[in-house]
Amino acid sequence: MSVSRRDFLKLSGALIVSFSAESLAGPLAFAQGPFDTHASHIDPTKLDSWIAVAADGTVTAYTGKCDFGQGMFTAQTQLVAEELCVPISRVKLIQCDTSVAPDQGTTSGSQSSPTNFNSANLGQAAATAREALVSMAATRFGEQPDRLTVADGVITGKTGKSVTYAQLIGSHRFDIPLSATAKRRSPAQWTVLGKPIPSLDRAALMTGQFEFVHNVRVPGMLHGRVVRPPDVGGTVVSVDESSVRQIPGFVKVVVRKDFVGVVAEKQSQAMQAARQLKVKWNKGIGLPAQSTFYESLRKLPSRDTMVVDSKDVEQKLAAASTVLRATYKYPYQMHGSVGTSCAVADVKPDYATVWSATQSVYPTRSIVAKLLELPLESVRVIYVRGSGCYGLNGADAVSFDAALMSHAVGRPVRVQLEREDEMAWENFGAAAVIDQRAALDPKGAIVAWDCENWETSRGGRPGYDHPGNVITGVLTGFEPVTVTPRAAEQPKGKLRNNNNAVPSYIAGCIDGKCGGGGTVRSERVLFHTVPSPFFTGPLRSPSRIQSTFAHESFMDELSARVKADPVAFRLQHLSEERIVNVVKAVADAAKWEKRPSPKVNIPRTGVVSGRGIACVAYEGDNGYSALIAEVEVDLASGRILPKKFVVAVDAGPVSNPDGLRNQSEGGILQGMSRAMGEMVTWDHKRVTSTDWGSYNSLYLGSDMPTIEVILMNPTGVPATGAGETAITVVPAAIGNAIFDATGVRLREVPFTAERVKAALLAQRT
Amino acid sequence: MGTISLRVNGQLHTLEVDPATPLLFVLADELGLRGPKFGCGMAQCGACTVIVRGEAVRSCVMPVSAVGKDEVTTLEGLGTLEKPHPIQQAFIDESAAQCGFCLSGVVLTAKAVLDGNPNASDQEIRDALGGVLCRCFTHTRMLRAIRRYADAKRKA
Repeated sequence: MSVSRRDFLKLSGALIVSFSAESLAGPLAFAQGPFDTHASHIDPTKLDSWIAVAADGTVTAYTGKCDFGQGMFTAQTQLVAEELCVPISRVKLIQCDTSVAPDQGTTSGSQSSPTNFNSANLGQAAATAREALVSMAATRFGEQPDRLTVADGVITGKTGKSVTYAQLIGSHRFDIPLSATAKRRSPAQWTVLGKPIPSLDRAALMTGQFEFVHNVRVPGMLHGRVVRPPDVGGTVVSVDESSVRQIPGFVKVVVRKDFVGVVAEKQSQAMQAARQLKVKWNKGIGLPAQSTFYESLRKLPSRDTMVVDSKDVEQKLAAASTVLRATYKYPYQMHGSVGTSCAVADVKPDYATVWSATQSVYPTRSIVAKLLELPLESVRVIYVRGSGCYGLNGADAVSFDAALMSHAVGRPVRVQLEREDEMAWENFGAAAVIDQRAALDPKGAIVAWDCENWETSRGGRPGYDHPGNVITGVLTGFEPVTVTPRAAEQPKGKLRNNNNAVPSYIAGCIDGKCGGGGTVRSERVLFHTVPSPFFTGPLRSPSRIQSTFAHESFMDELSARVKADPVAFRLQHLSEERIVNVVKAVADAAKWEKRPSPKVNIPRTGVVSGRGIACVAYEGDNGYSALIAEVEVDLASGRILPKKFVVAVDAGPVSNPDGLRNQSEGGILQGMSRAMGEMVTWDHKRVTSTDWGSYNSLYLGSDMPTIEVILMNPTGVPATGAGETAITVVPAAIGNAIFDATGVRLREVPFTAERVKAALLAQRT
Repeated sequence: MGTISLRVNGQLHTLEVDPATPLLFVLADELGLRGPKFGCGMAQCGACTVIVRGEAVRSCVMPVSAVGKDEVTTLEGLGTLEKPHPIQQAFIDESAAQCGFCLSGVVLTAKAVLDGNPNASDQEIRDALGGVLCRCFTHTRMLRAIRRYADAKRKA
């Protein structure tokens, strides 16, 4: 294994490792994975699985959380440097390689910071290593460990003796378990963490030297392209290889059940063959009409979860003087990575290597092993960054495509998807329709809140066992995980709000224990998962952005009904301190003017302006944000002009303020693009938004707001997720700002100019 | 197949390729360059951008034969890791990237427009970037980096 690792490192200029993995080789005990993962050959309870010190003092750290542009490489390098008291330049981080890194499952769900920066795993490993080295030095000096000081990888005693890490351990194993009690350096002590260290990939990226998975080149490598069915659910009748055999460089047509691919010597030849190949396909399953799609979801058999239910909601609604109800709609949206997904596979008879941009190297290894019928230990998946993914884009599917094609031709194959293959078949962010009802008392306080949500689902992450959760698996004959209808059970135990189905304003009480963020005690949240005709999967803030759009828009409608200031109205109904703090901070920073929405005396022509607020406790307790959006609306065209967005973010102690700002700025603009234009479209057979002409992303030349990011940076609390907190509140904040400016409420994303214009016209008639 | 001469980043290459091959594949596969990338294959996103005859062009739709004797400049042709071009330095200074896949389109399109018109206004720069996609939405930092470069270039 270490041979192929070295081969890879030779090919890959981006990774330079001075430490040889050989001292880690050999039979490590199989351990039960603590990350909701399978057991792997790298035991995460052992320090040597995470940290190695080379003879020259270089620290190599192994992580199962990888960087796809969100800054995790730099932040984790800072973490190791901080806990081990060495300069950043002495840390080499190896991320997500199944032959050397621990199995940490999937890099997703805003879990990298909580997983590796809090009380376990990578950060705890680095602290364990530091304490072990200090203890060795103490023995050597004959002094007490707590009297020694550490700086720059040198331990110094009170008597002036000093020793380097390299002298103490250089290239030897620690042979100790991870210590749960190793003392962590506090934010007050930080010299490397908490600093705006420039991302370590910058110069390589800007000068075109950085190696993406798209740049991986293996000797003898061929090029593959996939040929997907024309229609959703289409299956192969026959494939005519003679239709492409004469193309120069043609190697093979690969067919496995409904999976079809072509392999050629050169990329353009593979593209030509994919276009030219004659395949007879069966008709697909037919698709429901898009115009009535949301309404159709309510009638589907569903898997139901009652998240909270005080059992008195109907009674309170019936008795209330004022009841408000509204329905919100959120479309399927795409990851839409700017580069189509790509992977390289080198499948030999007894061993397969896959270079992949997957967020899940170990699960991908399992699926590749299953597809190729190889033992698990005969597959290695090496993460190499792809185009930003924002969740489950085509990276997993194309890794399987490459493995199948390389297996079929017996040579390494690089597969890159065509734009249409990517956009028609990726696992979309789910469409949802959400009903809200609330009762207001005569004083204008909310006394009951009912939320019912229908969200679409088909497939998802393949995990370790479900190839059929993405297109390639289904085509090769595996079933996706689909919705098994189930009636809701009464909620038990602690409130689970990990998908933000619960609005922040309700008390969230189950069996007398209240885990919600708010004051409304008459409460019910019912979530229906319904089958989707398209694959769905996590897309930055999955479920959370849909629900938060509905909760925060509805909160604004309630506020307007009682003519309350939207900030004051939120604060009146919030009890959770950290969400209160972000709301107050953003209102101060944006110089929020206290008054109800909409504005009074709105002109009927020209350009009007308004502001809107939205906030969230991400996943209930995994990060907090509040955003104030200021927009202008051109009443004639319905065009929205974003002016100024101010966001307050609380992600616990911040590892890298510049990285978090970058994530928050990007999240806000990505949220804006999704709120204002992005929507998957389809006809009766297939997806029709299959390029950038038919799927509306904001371009670099689009109108952009100025953005101000306020980092709360509290100490004494754990690190939370940070990459999804800002984006979650964007659609609601923009919708609320449009309402403030125009008096028109938009309850369906995206807020295209056509829709805004139609809503303005409807308001006047 | 045919023999073509192609001048890229100051070096002349003689290659055996089908003259209809998109320039991008010659740069990426024959010459092993990492800057220009395949994003859409339809000139809709800019990830494959290179500079030819002073213009930012989309190498995914340009046959290699259309280049002729002209020089092709890719992202790695501007500067080096040790000595980045001033526009690359401006992007480094502003930390103007997330995944970085789109950078050829952003950096080279901006450079071409500012080479043609050093006094380009923010609006003119944005108009030039009207067809360039960054799906991480690093827009504000990128526009700031371009402004930083433009201002320094004008003063120089």
